[in-house]
Amino acid sequence: MDVISFNDVNITLSKRPILSRLSFDIKENRFIGLLGPNGSGKTTLFKTILGLVTPDTGTVSIFGLPAKKGNPIIGYIPQFRTTAYNLRLCGWDYIASAVNGHKFGLPLINAITHQEIAHFINLVQATNLAHRPLSSLSGGERQRLLLAQALIGKPSLLLLDEPLTNLDPGNQQSMISLIREIQQELGITVLLSAHELNPLLPVMDEVLYLGHGQAVLGQVNEVINSAILSKLYGSKIEVVQVNNQIFVMSENINIEHNAHQHGEA
Amino acid sequence: MGKPDLFAYDFMINAFIAGGIVAVMAAIVGFFLVMREQTFAGHALSHIGFAGATGSVLLGASPMSGMILITLCGGATIGALGEKVSGRDVAIGMVLSIALGFGILFLHFYTAYATQINTLLFGNILGVSYSMLWTLASLAIISLTLLSIVSRPLIFVSLQPELAEAKGVSSKFMGIIFLTIVAFATSGCIQIVGVLFVFTLMIGPAAAAQQISTRLLSGISLAVLFALSETWGGLALSYLTNWPSSFWIATLSGSVYLISLTTKYFLNHK
Ligand SMILES: Nc1ncnc2c1ncn2[C@@H]1O[C@H](COP(=O)(O)OP(=O)(O)OP(=O)(O)O)[C@@H](O)[C@H]1O
Ligand SMILES: [Mg+2]
Repeated sequence: MDVISFNDVNITLSKRPILSRLSFDIKENRFIGLLGPNGSGKTTLFKTILGLVTPDTGTVSIFGLPAKKGNPIIGYIPQFRTTAYNLRLCGWDYIASAVNGHKFGLPLINAITHQEIAHFINLVQATNLAHRPLSSLSGGERQRLLLAQALIGKPSLLLLDEPLTNLDPGNQQSMISLIREIQQELGITVLLSAHELNPLLPVMDEVLYLGHGQAVLGQVNEVINSAILSKLYGSKIEVVQVNNQIFVMSENINIEHNAHQHGEA
Repeated sequence: MGKPDLFAYDFMINAFIAGGIVAVMAAIVGFFLVMREQTFAGHALSHIGFAGATGSVLLGASPMSGMILITLCGGATIGALGEKVSGRDVAIGMVLSIALGFGILFLHFYTAYATQINTLLFGNILGVSYSMLWTLASLAIISLTLLSIVSRPLIFVSLQPELAEAKGVSSKFMGIIFLTIVAFATSGCIQIVGVLFVFTLMIGPAAAAQQISTRLLSGISLAVLFALSETWGGLALSYLTNWPSSFWIATLSGSVYLISLTTKYFLNHK
């Protein structure tokens, strides 16, 4: 069964067309890189899968069922996190706050859930971090805790919206390999958005590239080529491959590099 | 020849009971206010309560009823404006000033009441009647029951609004519910420490607890412990010195906060 299936989906936000005529199917047990310039609709695509944005036309199915709000099958790390990182609350309680967080009642946690939280914190190698206050953790350390949190409840699909921003290259690498390991160990599907292609090359099964309201899904060499990207960017794009690194160039400017800097600004 | 025993008088016993009820309520509600970084909204609600109290006296009703009514409306309004209203500190500050202005205006029209302005502004824990005890207990039961019903989604949405929204928790709805809970707690606090000192009871203990504890439940328990000892300690000191109880409560609250800051410093640098 397809994990995510878009069928002729059109999305407009405040009367602006954002994504048009999207059709693609994502198979089980895949690591998919979601790429595209700023404003190409990556976050909007995540929100559509989460049922937070409703398409104007077309259908979105998650494991064969229509996308719906609060879907327990999906684990999610949002792109923007206005969390109070100056809080002295420890990582453990921060993570635990999401467990059944949509249900009324006292924030009490039973022994089984307690074990589950401990298990996933251990899986992301954050056992030693969980008891430190959030305010004392580095960006990469927090990111690992958020990954653990997204895994609680054993989702079959993980949506990670730019989990690599603000990480240095070394930490990006270890975060990506950690996500890949977990994805394979648990046999789940991961959709991870990023601005840079190269760090994802060793782990991606497929790439979903957005641009000009369109989307193309496929193997890296099927998608990252001059013909497809020129169409998605609406301008002449050249793809240069050097030492297993791919550079996407527009008039001799490295597009991704600029996009990344833009994203950090 | 010293003073008679602390508990020799009924009004003293009432004061301890009232102070205990309000301290527990204020500490728990305040813990969430500090966690949500909405302490200023709590501060504003108490000033809005002042206008409600004086206004309702002018209309011939009890100050408490006006206070509860208007803080409820104020809380719901601030909550409905939502966190995304930019410059909300300025907006809340303006509402606060206007409310104080109206409070003064109502007092102006009802000059006979002017003697009681002290009570409203600085509290009157020693003047708690038996029926007021019941009012305070009801306020505490209502606010803490509501809070325990919504606490889980409230914590979730406070700590991780984007994720909570994705899981179907409305941050606006939670914001409104929470500030109505704060409104009940504020009305109770005003009776004990007065409009001007609500901060000491609602924010002081909770902020101190969050400096020291990194856990949710132990943090809340610590806040309750601080609030109780500050209130009861303040009462006892006030009895011994004949100085106003609000002075002592504020001083103790400030000292505990200072101590918590130094404790945190040493915890971090040991
Ligand atoms: N609520 C909204 N109303 C109107 N337009 C919106 C809304 N949300 C997003 N958009 C627009 O939709 C487009 C896609 O936005 P989206 O956030 O999905 O892009 P993105 O690919 O995630 O970008 P980034 O890489 O910067 O995160 C942008 O042009 C944005 O301005
Ligand atoms: Mg985005």
